[in-house]
Parts: sequence; structure tokens; C-alpha cells
Amino acid sequence: MATVFFTTGLRRYTGGRDRVVIEARSFRELVTALEARFPGLREPLEGIAVAIDGEIVQEPLLEPIQPGSEVHFLPRISGG
Amino acid sequence: MSEPRYKWIGTRPIRPDGFDKVTGRASFGADLSLPGMLYGKVLRSPHAHARIRSIDVEPALATPGVKAVVTAADLPDLASEAVRGAETQTDFQDLSRNVLARDKVLYHGHAVAAVAATSRTIAERALQAIRVDYEVLPAVLDLDAALADDAPILHEDLRTKGVEGADQPTNLAARIEIGRGDVEKGFAEADVVVEREFTTRMVHQGYIEPHAVVAQSGEDGHSVVWCCTQGPFVVRAYCARILGLDPSQIRVIPSEIGGGFGGKGTIYQEPLAILLSRRTGRPVKMVMTREEVFRATGPTSGTRIRVKVGATAKGKLTAAAATAIYEAGAFKGSPILPGSMTMFAPYVLEHVRIEGFDVVLNKPKVAAYRAPGSAMAAFAAESALDELAIRLGMDPIDFRLANAAREGTEAPYGPRFGRIGFVETLEAAKRHPHYTAALGPDQGRGIACGFWFNVGLQSSAAVNLNEDGTAVVVSGCPDLSGTRITLAMMAAEELGIPIERVRAVVADTETIGYNDLSAGSRVTFATGMAVVEAARDVVRQLSARAAAIWEVDPQEVRWEEGRALPPEGAAGKPEPLGIAELARRAAQTGGPIVGQASLAARGAGPGFATHICDVSVDRETGRVSIERYTAFQDVGRAIHPGYVEGQIQGGVAQGIGWALGEEYLWNSSGAMENPGFLDYRMPVASDLPMIDAQLIEVPNPTHPYGVRGVGETPNVPPLAAVANAVHAATGRRFTDLPLSPPRVLEALDSEE
Repeated sequence: MATVFFTTGLRRYTGGRDRVVIEARSFRELVTALEARFPGLREPLEGIAVAIDGEIVQEPLLEPIQPGSEVHFLPRISGG
Repeated sequence: MSEPRYKWIGTRPIRPDGFDKVTGRASFGADLSLPGMLYGKVLRSPHAHARIRSIDVEPALATPGVKAVVTAADLPDLASEAVRGAETQTDFQDLSRNVLARDKVLYHGHAVAAVAATSRTIAERALQAIRVDYEVLPAVLDLDAALADDAPILHEDLRTKGVEGADQPTNLAARIEIGRGDVEKGFAEADVVVEREFTTRMVHQGYIEPHAVVAQSGEDGHSVVWCCTQGPFVVRAYCARILGLDPSQIRVIPSEIGGGFGGKGTIYQEPLAILLSRRTGRPVKMVMTREEVFRATGPTSGTRIRVKVGATAKGKLTAAAATAIYEAGAFKGSPILPGSMTMFAPYVLEHVRIEGFDVVLNKPKVAAYRAPGSAMAAFAAESALDELAIRLGMDPIDFRLANAAREGTEAPYGPRFGRIGFVETLEAAKRHPHYTAALGPDQGRGIACGFWFNVGLQSSAAVNLNEDGTAVVVSGCPDLSGTRITLAMMAAEELGIPIERVRAVVADTETIGYNDLSAGSRVTFATGMAVVEAARDVVRQLSARAAAIWEVDPQEVRWEEGRALPPEGAAGKPEPLGIAELARRAAQTGGPIVGQASLAARGAGPGFATHICDVSVDRETGRVSIERYTAFQDVGRAIHPGYVEGQIQGGVAQGIGWALGEEYLWNSSGAMENPGFLDYRMPVASDLPMIDAQLIEVPNPTHPYGVRGVGETPNVPPLAAVANAVHAATGRRFTDLPLSPPRVLEALDSEE
């Protein structure tokens, strides 16, 4: 089970919850599970970056998620 | 654990491109000329806000020597679509309308039409013949005006993103919020609370080289573009989209680049040069003047940030909150997100909340600038923390140490930090003689810290082995800061050969795989990873060739110091085979040897820095002089320490300019009044002492050599470091940058 944290902007889709514990082995599975639980959440998660256990991944589609992982959604950052 | 021993990593070889640069041989954007070349110029709006009723280009077309004139009517009218991954939340429709205004001009200097002619003079004369009928509209020139209930609206279709039910036209493009905990509870636990509002002005990246491009289009519909850019692949992608072409129809060849700092990560006149070339069948060259660079290319946001911080009497931060409003310029997309995310990132905070606003107004669209959004955020946060430390009676470094983020700390934007070196920078600053050196009269010392994420993104690289055993490193990332020699050093280390036997080049969009921008402090980290992988690919191939010659298992061949070593007991007891011998025999053993790697790099270690600044303040003139400046930064591992120091010195110099002198000055109708370096006051060498860059090496565990990005973090602390030093010298807390002599004098006089 991974713990998924939601930004303030995403909480409108989660009924105000800032985190959930959810079963998923990959980011793709995670998004599917989140959409099932919070309909409408899939769309804002597209094009967003993610931090899995502190490591930021810009294109997370195929990222594995370990049991006990912490997953944070983030805007994409590039730089100057 | 003992330190790894390297041959080249950590040394300071001379960069091979340096000779060309100091002798003037290096070819920058404006240096290329082609036979039959035309000159392109852009007609720019004389109004900050106006509706375009009509454009008559016929008189210009009738001018002898004029070969083509284009307006927005010659571009596809793109629908709104976000540019994936762009730092400042760019939209393709906005990008297109910034390249050429369609229905409205939105800032003084906004491009309206472009002309190609046989000489620059004729092109400039033709611009004057274009007749544009404008309906002048009231301009929105500051945040209050933009957010007023009756504000003139820039974009009738703009709605506030991030606010439910926002269905009215507005200049407020977005509202964002980050944080956790309960800040009210946190402030209730505080013994001391500081709350202040800080403002900064729009400033430009100030690169020395103006934007320049040459485009040549052939009968086959293929265009070749030479330009100074931080991202040839991005120029290709954006131009293709703006022009309705396929990326394969455009080849972008990057020139040497005379500074970018984020500002050359987008496009302005590049699609116009392509379009004019396609229209005329001739090469078209376009070079901006300095005035055009200031008026019409991306500066960074002016900001207003209200900050509140609280701490216990023992110096533990209990809460931090901020409301940050950033100017986006004419189109949505300021760096409000990274600014908000980085504002309190160096500190442990259970209760933190930042609300941010992105506001459009009649000024040029902002572009990325070195740690976008962060310097202004740090100015506000670090000034407030300085005041908090003073009110607590605590040493400013001790106060920060008591609250410093470490490995495992949750950043305000969510995730936990991995191995970071913030505490090490604070401890090094405290130990350094600068921190306790005596100060003279009217002098003061300021401390400030800063953070930047650093990024990975996509990189491709190749290592070609020459027939004499020398190597060429090929990447697709323009070299802004000495990255060619840095990449060559990593390849030399892997191959085990002298750095003099490795040359690095920057390829173009048709000769190397995709590369993201040279931005985000990512080239040495991410492209460096690709180069290391490509070099290891070469070593694997060389080992396999040696194994074939010796008729042994390739797994048993060791590679050391540029030689393949045979396994113990190999038949015939063969001698080691050096890289030159293996390269010479390549045709016998399978052909040329080329190593390649492409990757989406991850694990860019964040950058933290602590700066110490000493100033003196002339009470008669208000002039602030930097007396001494020392910057401590966790750089992971410095591949070439000289260029890492250079990055830090450059970032600090830019930050000092931002703090002391730089600002766009506007007249009442929205025209910039100081679009030249005489009146837009950037620091020059004689304005600054030697910036002392102290490299703190806490290796990034995800990079083979421990690299962290270093280019942006040094730009984050200086605004606050200077302002805190001026406070120490004068007792006045300055909250509005720049600290130009008139402003400082006025404050000092009002005190008396």
C-alpha cells in the first residue's frame, strides 16, 4: 500500500482529503485506482509530475511504486 | 567511506572553446551570413494595449527591395493548448500571438508584422510604410490596476484557473495554493511573529548577445535555422507548431550563445525568419537590437509578496505563510508555482501555507530566468527570517541551523528531501573567516539562503572513437557555461584517456537524438549521465574487441587507464591492448566504435546555498557598495571547479544587480523608458568585488559522479543577502527593490 498526497488544487476531487492509502504497483495502476475512487481525478493528473519517495519523475507513466512508498503530485518544473 | 580517486574529475583543464571566444573567432547568432541573404525586421506596437482594426502592408510591399511582408494572418490561428513541461506555463496560442499579434497588441513593443528586404535599411524603411489602424485601449501597468474590479481586460476569454466557478473575464490567470498543517495554530504557538510585504520590479536576464537567427528554406519545403538558443529541439518544436509544419521540416543548428539564463528557451523571431525565407526562397537573417530585447523578450516578473513567519522564543519556526502575486506580462504564465514552492523550502515547517496569483498586464510576457520565481520569493522569506532572528536575539546562521531542512525533511511542496547539503553550507559559512571579519563604519553584513530543485529531463549523447584512439563527445545541449569541457572530462574519466584526447561538440537537431533545453541546471547532471553511459558503451565495445582478438570471454576483460587487460592465464599471455591500438584495428574487429545513450534523467539533487554579503552605504548619496561576498553552495561534486565557481559568481552578480540597480522604468503609457544598458543598470566588473565561491561537496547519490545542478541556486539568495546587509548597515528594513541610490537616500533622509 502506498500513501498518496494531494495538493490543495487536487483536493477538490478528493472531497478535501489530503492523502489516501492505496494499493498500486505502478503509477498507471495508481491513477486507475484513484480515478475509481475519486471520479474526475484522472484528467488533472495527466501532464503532472510526481515525486515517489522524494524522487521527482516528470513522466511517471511506467514508474513502479513500492509498498510503503510516498507519492506526491507536483507541477512540472524545468528551470532557466 | 573513502573518497573515490579520479584522474580528471575535480581538475581545471582549459576549455577548448575558450580560445575562439577570447580571440573573436567563435561564431555567435549574428555572425552567419549566406549568399543572397535578406534582412528581416519586425514592426512593433507603439501602444501598450490596442485593438488592431486593420493592417495595410501594400505600401511596404511596394518599396523597392522589399521581398515579403507577413502578419498574423499568415500564421495558423492556433487553439489554446498548454505547452507540456514549459516552466512558465506557456500556451501555444499565446506563444503564436506573442510572435505576431493577432487581434490586439498587448504591450509596447509587441510584434505586429515582419518584413524581409535586401538590406537592413530598406527593411527598417519598409516598416514605416506599413499602416496599422489601432483602437487604443487603456493599459494595465501594475498589479493593483490589473486586479481592480473595473480593470481593462487583456483577454476576454481568460478565466481564473484554480478558482471554482470563475466564469467572468479577468486579468487574474490563476490562483494556486500549497502547504500543509494549520498555520493559524502555528502562529498561535509563536512567541514572535514578523509580517511584512515585499515588492520587486520586472527585470531582464540581461544576456549580452541579442537574439539572432538565419533561416534558409529550400524548394523541398525543408528549412535550416541557425540561431542562438538554449534549446534547438524546442525551437524546432515550437516553430513547427506555430507555422503548421512538421518538426522534420525544420533543422535547427545552434550557434555559440552569449548568455541565456532561461530567456533563450523560447522563440520570438525564429518562426518569422522561417516564414519569410519560405515566402522568398532566400535566406533571411533577423537580429534584434538591444532595445527590442528589452521591450519584447522575456524579462521576469515584478512581484508583491506578503510574508508572515513565527517562531518560539527558543528559535523554532512554528509557521510560515505568504501571499504572492506575480506579473505574467501580456500572457498567462508567471513563475508563481516554482516561486511559491521554493519560498520556504530550506526549512522544517509543520505549518506552512502559500497562496499565489498569476496576473496578466500590459508588459512583455515573462520568460524563465535562472531559478524562475525563486529569487523574489527568497527576498521576501529571507528578509522576514532575518528580522525574526534579530527580534529573537539569535545569530542568523544559528537560527537557520535550528530550522534547516535535512535528509528526510518534508519540503513545503510535499516530498521528503533525499541527501542534501544545506546544513553543510550553513556550517561552512559560520566557520569561514568572512563571518567574523571586522566591519567598518556604515558597513553591514547580511546572510541569506536559497534553494532550487534542479531537474533531469531528456538527453541524448554519443561518443565517437576516432581511428587514433581520440574521442568526440556529441551532445545536443548548447554550451552556456563550459559544459563541453565538463562532458569531455567525464568521458575522459570513463575511457581512461587524457582530456586533451577528448573533444566535445554540440550537434544539431538532425545529428543527435532529442535533448531538452540547456536549462534547469541540468546539462552536467543529465547530459553528463548520458555521456557517462555512452562512454561505458564504448568501453564495453572495446573490451569485446580485445576479447575477440585474445579469444577470451569479454566478461573477463578489465578496462583500466585506457587499456584492455587480458584475464589471468589467457593463452599466449597477451599484452594489454591500448585504446589507440584497438581503434586502429577497428576495421578488423567489427568496424567503427560509437557509444550512444539516451535517457530521461531522474534524481537531480536539489541545490542549497548560504550567502554572506558585506555592504557599505554612502549616507550622502544613498549608494550601496558590495564590499565582500562569499557564497557557500552544495554542488554535489564539482566536475570542473573553475566553471562551477564561475556559475556561482555569475549568479551572484546577477542577483546583486537585481538587488541594487535593475528595474524596468515605465512611462505613463506603458513604454519602457530605459531599454539600454546605459540606463538599465546591470553591474559590471568594476562594481563588484571578487565573488568568493566556496564549493561544498555533498555528492548526489543518483549521479555516477555525484553531480548536482549548480547554475540556478546562486541567483536565489543575493537579493535578500544584500537587503539584510543594508539593514545591518543602516537599521532600515528595505522591502522594495532595487535599492538604488535615490530610494536608499530617501529612506535615510526620512529617518533623519
